[in-house]
Amino acid sequence: MKTIVFAEHLNGKFTKSSLEAVSYASAWSVSTGGTCIAVTYGNIDASVLGTAGANEVWKMDALSAADGEQITKLMLAAQKESGATAIVLSQDLIGKSVAPRLSVRLNAGLVSGASSLPTGNVVKKNVFSGKAIAHVTVNSEISIVTVLPNSYGVNVSGAACPVNAFSAEVGTARVRVKEVRVEESESIPLPEADKVVSAGRGMKGPENWGMIEELAKELNAATACSRPVSDIGWRPHHEHVGQTGIAIRPNLYIAVGISGAIQHLAGVNGSKVIVVINKDAEAPFFKAADYGIVGDAFEVLPQLLSAAKAFNATK
Amino acid sequence: MKILVCVSKAPDTTSKIAFTNNNTSFDEAGVNFIVNPYDEWYALVRALELKEAQGGNVTVLSVGSADYEQIIRKALAIGADDAVRIDAPESDALSVSTHIANYAKDKGFDLILCGKETINYNGSVVPGMVAEFLDMPLVALAAKLDVANGVATCEREVTGGIEVLEVNLPAVISAAKGMAEQRIPNMRGIMAARTKALEVVSVENASATTAVNSYEMPPAKSACKFIDPANAAELITLLHQEAKVI
Repeated sequence: MKTIVFAEHLNGKFTKSSLEAVSYASAWSVSTGGTCIAVTYGNIDASVLGTAGANEVWKMDALSAADGEQITKLMLAAQKESGATAIVLSQDLIGKSVAPRLSVRLNAGLVSGASSLPTGNVVKKNVFSGKAIAHVTVNSEISIVTVLPNSYGVNVSGAACPVNAFSAEVGTARVRVKEVRVEESESIPLPEADKVVSAGRGMKGPENWGMIEELAKELNAATACSRPVSDIGWRPHHEHVGQTGIAIRPNLYIAVGISGAIQHLAGVNGSKVIVVINKDAEAPFFKAADYGIVGDAFEVLPQLLSAAKAFNATK
Repeated sequence: MKILVCVSKAPDTTSKIAFTNNNTSFDEAGVNFIVNPYDEWYALVRALELKEAQGGNVTVLSVGSADYEQIIRKALAIGADDAVRIDAPESDALSVSTHIANYAKDKGFDLILCGKETINYNGSVVPGMVAEFLDMPLVALAAKLDVANGVATCEREVTGGIEVLEVNLPAVISAAKGMAEQRIPNMRGIMAARTKALEVVSVENASATTAVNSYEMPPAKSACKFIDPANAAELITLLHQEAKVI
């Protein structure tokens, strides 16, 4: 089966979630005896997509930004030209804008947020905010899958691959980007963070967040918070992780002074390793944790901070 | 301004998730259904704020069976002017989007608002499908929305910052946290909702291209390893040597 996969880039680098999508598409094509074409655009050295598994790259040089409708047209043209019967994108902002449009245009079944490779025409995806997994059957000639970020590893065993010029009639973008306000802080953006230090009402007040930020900095982690903390304004809304905030899947999630309500867990249950620090031994979060410390955050955090500093000094 | 807000039904966020019929269907026993939070807290409330400031009409629309009417009345109690229920099964995103688009195509809506995803299926798919069916632009996951002179200005979070986008109406916009604050319906709203129009539209089934054939629960977590709070530094060692995450 031939697969095509869209690869997004930012500041001259392909995004991690795009590389995951390329590796996914490559493994899918290999398992069915086919090849994988990565589709991208703009001014970037795209041969590196071969290292993530692409057999070749089709690149539209004339396009300089990823607009949902324009990328849809580019992918439609690539599908037509290649005859691919499987289309893969990341379940990121651009994937969420493009995959549904492709599904309509090709009358193709779409499984969004897949967590593992398809078996035949069945694809697994997380549902109920990560509390369950659905087995979804695709009943159409062409299948479209978007890959849940940080659920499928990047396979970097391949070599650079050929890049071929490709172009399509993509029209003009109807959504206009007026500006991108770059966040002033040096902090790591939460959705892409590999490690996250998060805190809740147990911190007693916004003035105590210095310890959280310091620990995050030592661990090269992003900071996050629980819903009550963002609702009362101790922390900005974009730091709220949970069922109604954002869902994250870092490799390490450290929760300080968060009890672990079911709505909070729904936003973090995809994390690979969860550490819970809470003075209440009955906090439900410990049931979801890999490591736990029952203790006062104000006594535990300084110890962790000096241990992290000592650890960094040995690296 | 004519605004359509698409609302879906979802189990209460505290619901226990379980399955019946050999893990082929969601166990609804004892489950309280609510308006999907992204649809209600952000999309619907922002639609009402825009209407209150600029005038117009807010219609809520659901695709589903008669048991949807409880959550539709909730949306009316919060302040929507009228409601539509497309009487069709929620087979998959493509069929639901087909029904929404078929209804909306000749009604002259300026703005179609949806939550960014449902909390039960987590698809984030319907807004994009509706936009494609109606040949409208889409802004996905907007955390802020303003409308002036037929132009919607949205902000959304992207890697490393905030993106400010403009789009001419009509457009489809999916709402993320930040667009508005939850509103609790008051008694007057609840009383008024009883007499507001709820149109039920009969349709032919739309084709679906995917189907959920079964569910499974995620693998159970192994037991939590507890570390003595007096020796919290050990955590850093374990994260490095055992978990290998730092």
